[in-house]
Amino acid sequence: MMDSTLKNKTSKQLLWVGMAGITMLFAGLTSAYIVRKAEGNWLQFEMPNWFWFSTVSIVICSALLHISKIVVKNGKSPVVFLIGALFLGLFFSFSQIMGWQKLVSDGVYFTGKGSNPAGSFLYVITLVHLLHLIGGLVSLTITSIKATRGKYTSEDYLGIELNTIYWHFLDLLWLYLFFFMMYI
Amino acid sequence: MSDHHKETFISKYVFCLDHKMIAKQFLITGMLMGVIGMFMSILFRLQLSNPGESFAVLEWFLGDKWAPGGILDPNMYLALVTMHGTILVFWVLTAGLTGTFANFLIPLQIGARDMASGFINMLSYWFFFGATIVMLISLFVESGPASAGWTVYPPLSAVKEAIPGSGLGQDLWLVGMALFIVSSLLGGLNYIVTVLNLRTKGMKMSRLPLTVWALFITAIIGVLTFPVLLACALLLIFDRSFGTSFYLSDIILGGEALHNTGGSPILFEHLFWFLGHPEVYIILLPALGLVSEVMSVNTRKPIFGYKAMVGALIAIAFLSCIVWGHHMFVTGMDPFLGSVFTFTTLLIAIPSAVKVFNYLTTLWRGSIRFTPAMLFAIAFVSTFITGGLTGLILGNSALDINVHDTYFVVGHFHIVMGVSAIYGMFAGVYHWFPKMYGRMMNKKLGYIHFWLTFISAYGVFFPMHFLGLAGLPRRYYTNSSFPMFDGLTDINEVITFFSIIGGLVQLLFIFNFFYSIFKGTKSTQNPWESNTLEWTAPIERIHGNWPGEIPEVKRWPYDYSKPGMDKDFVMQDVPLKPGETEH
Repeated sequence: MMDSTLKNKTSKQLLWVGMAGITMLFAGLTSAYIVRKAEGNWLQFEMPNWFWFSTVSIVICSALLHISKIVVKNGKSPVVFLIGALFLGLFFSFSQIMGWQKLVSDGVYFTGKGSNPAGSFLYVITLVHLLHLIGGLVSLTITSIKATRGKYTSEDYLGIELNTIYWHFLDLLWLYLFFFMMYI
Repeated sequence: MSDHHKETFISKYVFCLDHKMIAKQFLITGMLMGVIGMFMSILFRLQLSNPGESFAVLEWFLGDKWAPGGILDPNMYLALVTMHGTILVFWVLTAGLTGTFANFLIPLQIGARDMASGFINMLSYWFFFGATIVMLISLFVESGPASAGWTVYPPLSAVKEAIPGSGLGQDLWLVGMALFIVSSLLGGLNYIVTVLNLRTKGMKMSRLPLTVWALFITAIIGVLTFPVLLACALLLIFDRSFGTSFYLSDIILGGEALHNTGGSPILFEHLFWFLGHPEVYIILLPALGLVSEVMSVNTRKPIFGYKAMVGALIAIAFLSCIVWGHHMFVTGMDPFLGSVFTFTTLLIAIPSAVKVFNYLTTLWRGSIRFTPAMLFAIAFVSTFITGGLTGLILGNSALDINVHDTYFVVGHFHIVMGVSAIYGMFAGVYHWFPKMYGRMMNKKLGYIHFWLTFISAYGVFFPMHFLGLAGLPRRYYTNSSFPMFDGLTDINEVITFFSIIGGLVQLLFIFNFFYSIFKGTKSTQNPWESNTLEWTAPIERIHGNWPGEIPEVKRWPYDYSKPGMDKDFVMQDVPLKPGETEH
């Protein structure tokens, strides 16, 4: 069997390589955005305020996970921080949907007549990010349940560590996407 | 070790976690798809050489709907060309080649019990299997399979009503490809992490066989470029099914304008070819790795310029990501940008030439053993050169524009990418068959297979260059409508003749393969007198690869005919003699 140090290392590397792949997916989408925008016929619109709430919630969520890692490393229970992060992740999803509703009410459509690639790109990019975040929520839920059952110790907390890395990634990815779509 | 648990039929042959079985699953699925894809090419070749003529075989296979009176329907012609390309590029030369040899060789050659994650590895195969089923189902839908070419350019692929193949067949194509991409990514993740972490003691990166180097670098470009194809396909799915306008604009269909405005089909091409070109090297690099290994073993010489070979692999991989524009020289690209892509494309000639030079110098004055695997490896070098040279013409925008979309291009990429890679794959199968099944493949059948394949492959693709230079466009259903091409019919007949011979002879290979699994001569532990670690593992296949400790590596893998040694090969786990230097 693989020893635990090696398992820690390989699991983290699998995640890192996976995240490199996800980064390329968004690099593809955002470079398509730039190429398409340069061709003109591009709708200008305001970002909904809900996306700012999303931004704040995901930053705090990622910070809470970081704290949970430190806490478990010191031998204390990380449950409160994990569940806090889980709720903030759920709030992020909710705020995304509210943001989309606001965009629709402003006349920025995803598809069909009256839609413009500017709006469609925003919906696709945020939707694909949200799908990755839902993956993170599933993983965080499992980790939180395991934590409530006391499965993690100061020596063995790989699950929390992997979640922390992935959510930091989701956080940085969102910040990139949000400011990219706002300023580019 | 997990090799002691009780195995059932399901856990051993179906949902198997063992890398060796997963490799065989990839190989056999790839072979099945290869037969289907190759057979499709014979069907459409009949139409190209004898346009509008009736063939019983067409009616028999395609029925009255798609070949009324034995004459191939134009829509089915497009579908066959599309599916032939898709199946050969992705199913055979990507999954069939990498899936087989990365799974089989990485753990065995680096000295690991299995992949980093057996479960992810199994998922990788089953996503591939799902993709295969979806693609096969698409062959039987009423409106026919996808028909927009393997590159699925919009608007043909994006507007469902465009041609029959733009309907359900295209939807299934996209679903199949999405599953395929997931499979490739899961496989790639595993290959990278396994090579980085699970090498046995002493297996430094500088002691890795070139096969592993090639598969490792292939996995890296796969993980970095397939997601971009996913982004590309995602936007296409939204355009097709949800009414967005990423790639569509101002389309008139049946006299009515579609609502789409502001989309750009050129955007699709950029995204597609950002994967599409590295894909050529995702196909080719594993073959380069396999050929390096087979060649060194069978010349009884160290591979010439090991470090240069690794450097060339890395250089090719890097350059492959910055040349995609050479597929788009006629899209109205700024000539300056065209010249930039010309420059980066022609740079690939340097590492490619390094590889060819090193192969030739490895062969030079070697004690060559002409096994079937070796013949295919040498043939690989031949096609890599002939196909590569026409690449210099097509990589140059000023020249490419003249032969763009002609049979010159078809001849070029089939030789350099298709034939070369399949030769690499054949070399690999003949060489590692004893390790896979504990038996040898029949040599005589192997030689017949090689010579007929070699002759017919050149017979098919070499004349295509002349067709292209004469201006014959690719993808056309019939050439007989254009009097200027009347004089080219004879050449097309020759090509079809060789394609039928080439196709039939592959059945001989398949017979040899399956016959030898059960009836082949039993193999010894190291039949080729090779140095790499897989030949230290016992003949019987066990989960975990080695019954006791994993061997430690003491030297590089290419100590063939080393002066002062007892035999002309020294396996990697043999310690250096006192005073002996490595290499």
